[in-house]
Amino acid sequence: MSMTHPTHSPEEHPVLETHGLTIRFGGHVAVNDVSCAFRQGTLTAIVGPNGAGKTTYFNLISGQLKASAGSISLYGEDITRLSAPARANKGIGRAFQLTNLFPNLTVLENVRLAIQAKSRIGLDIFSMADRHVELIERAEHYLHRVALIDRARDTASSLPHGDQRKLEVAILLALEPDILMFDEPTAGMSVDEVPVVLDLIQQIRDQGDKTVLLVEHKMDVVRSLADRIIVLHNGFLVADGDPAEVIASPIVQEAYLGMGASSHV
Amino acid sequence: MLNTILSGDFPRSRLLTIVLIVIFISLAFAPFLFPGTRSLSVAAKICYFVVLVASYDLMLGYTGIVSLSHTMFFGIGAYGVAIALNNMGASWGAVLLGTIVGLLLAVVVALVIGLFSLRVKALFFAMVTLAVASAFAVLASQMSWLTGGEDGLSYSVPKILTPAYKLMDDKLFGVRMNGRIVAYYLVFSVSFVLFLVMLRIVNSPFGRVLQSIRENDFRSEALGFQAVIYRSLASCLGALMAALAGVLAALWLRYTGPDTTLSFDIMVDILLMVVIGGMGSLYGSVLGATIFILAQNYLQNLMGAVSDATAALPLVPELFHPDRWLLWLGVMFVLSVYFFPTGIVGRLRSSS
Ligand SMILES: Nc1ncnc2c1ncn2[C@@H]1O[C@H](COP(=O)(O)OP(=O)(O)O)[C@@H](O)[C@H]1O
Ligand SMILES: [Mg+2]
Repeated sequence: MSMTHPTHSPEEHPVLETHGLTIRFGGHVAVNDVSCAFRQGTLTAIVGPNGAGKTTYFNLISGQLKASAGSISLYGEDITRLSAPARANKGIGRAFQLTNLFPNLTVLENVRLAIQAKSRIGLDIFSMADRHVELIERAEHYLHRVALIDRARDTASSLPHGDQRKLEVAILLALEPDILMFDEPTAGMSVDEVPVVLDLIQQIRDQGDKTVLLVEHKMDVVRSLADRIIVLHNGFLVADGDPAEVIASPIVQEAYLGMGASSHV
Repeated sequence: MLNTILSGDFPRSRLLTIVLIVIFISLAFAPFLFPGTRSLSVAAKICYFVVLVASYDLMLGYTGIVSLSHTMFFGIGAYGVAIALNNMGASWGAVLLGTIVGLLLAVVVALVIGLFSLRVKALFFAMVTLAVASAFAVLASQMSWLTGGEDGLSYSVPKILTPAYKLMDDKLFGVRMNGRIVAYYLVFSVSFVLFLVMLRIVNSPFGRVLQSIRENDFRSEALGFQAVIYRSLASCLGALMAALAGVLAALWLRYTGPDTTLSFDIMVDILLMVVIGGMGSLYGSVLGATIFILAQNYLQNLMGAVSDATAALPLVPELFHPDRWLLWLGVMFVLSVYFFPTGIVGRLRSSS
């Protein structure tokens, strides 16, 4: 496999870093003392069995959940206490595992809102939203990229499941964040829809300036896309490294792949 | 041009367009089309209630905020002007001062309630607003040295708004042109402008954020919109508009009391008007307010006529006795919610 995207010297500042990140739900520790740094331009796959804490780890990073202990830093700045919207405004973008849309708004409006968020005109109460043509055009651009442009005028709730997943991805792209977090973006998609989304993620990676975190179960996908794999298990980070090495490591074979998640490793 | 005035928000249904035009023309020419003190009062009430109901829909229908304190803000606006006129005499200075103080108070109270309680669950917010509004109503009735207590305040308004003022010596189309006509057109034109301002607000980038918060506040926050801030601003705008409607009511009625502004009955009326007209569309407020206030004022007459006409039949005249008008209003409400769950506007739009 060729590595066309930039490599980084180890002393370079990571974009995003978690230090001893921990969250408890009652007695259950869903994410336990996870320290990990993510460098710009890399795609890190996060794998682990269901219930390992992957989604919870994402929720802690993007601010939907507050950490019980530990900290998160973005470009060296401590963001542990910032709200979810504040983190979004600082460039952390998130797509959700369970589709999370604006159901009664149009497909176009779902994406346009993400672009509007980025353009910071949310407090403008006197102009007409539809007169901001450039926002609409950019929204349409992203709908083209996920092949949903034909459904632009339909309500989000009227889309079939696979299209809703694609819209979820389009919203994240439209937010144009520095850090993109995908939580099982292809789950529940039909086989012919999966490549659309994977190609998009590949394009983002090849662009080289974005930092991507990807939770994905399909090992062949992970191996071809990721620069690095980290493995979560029972809330702990149990492996971290080069995709081929991590996949081959005994702990992964036993803890995750042993469960039959993938056929050929 | 029209696109700009309506902020790109067209009725999107031929029948709805026709109904709205009929209502607009009826209100615009009400003094000439429906001469008489009573019908002019009904028309004026429709005007300021359109503002009141639309401002409530801005919160409920567009943002998903369930507030039960809307009449409090209506009352704050009305009492602001009433108290100023009562103490300073019938001058425009008093109207201006009362309006400014009322609007400021309304916004501050809305902001405080919003920032303290809009982060919590919708039901809790509804409870808080109910508690605050009740406390405010009690306060207003206790401070009778200022508010006139349960009796309210009767006061004079600037002379140009009174029947004693002659706009012209001759009648126009058989209508005596006195200060009440001036007062009516003041109420009508301010209401119309405020309605268009709200139409612009809900179609602005800000209005779109409000809708995203109504749809899915969790997702909206993940995009970077701080829900509590937007909800608080929507509450403030709603309060401001409600207070302005109160100012108009105070100027029109020349009387402000608990039963015309603060009463919980009015809160229920507003809710019914929003639901009947259709939540999440300001045109619904126009329809809801018009239909409801017409029914409130003329259902009794209509029923009296039906009752007389059917006097020979058994039971029927009893059923339509004018005293049963509230029952029929209730029946109308249940039927309209049953047949038009998305309100009249939602119904008209989906059938076109
Ligand atoms: N809000 C919550 N309250 C209580 N327990 C939770 C909550 N969110 C997640 N959990 C628990 O934390 C664990 C990790 O869940 P999750 O992060 O969704 O796993 P994954 O995404 O790896 O499948 C699970 O045992 C789950 O039940
Ligand atoms: Mg998950």
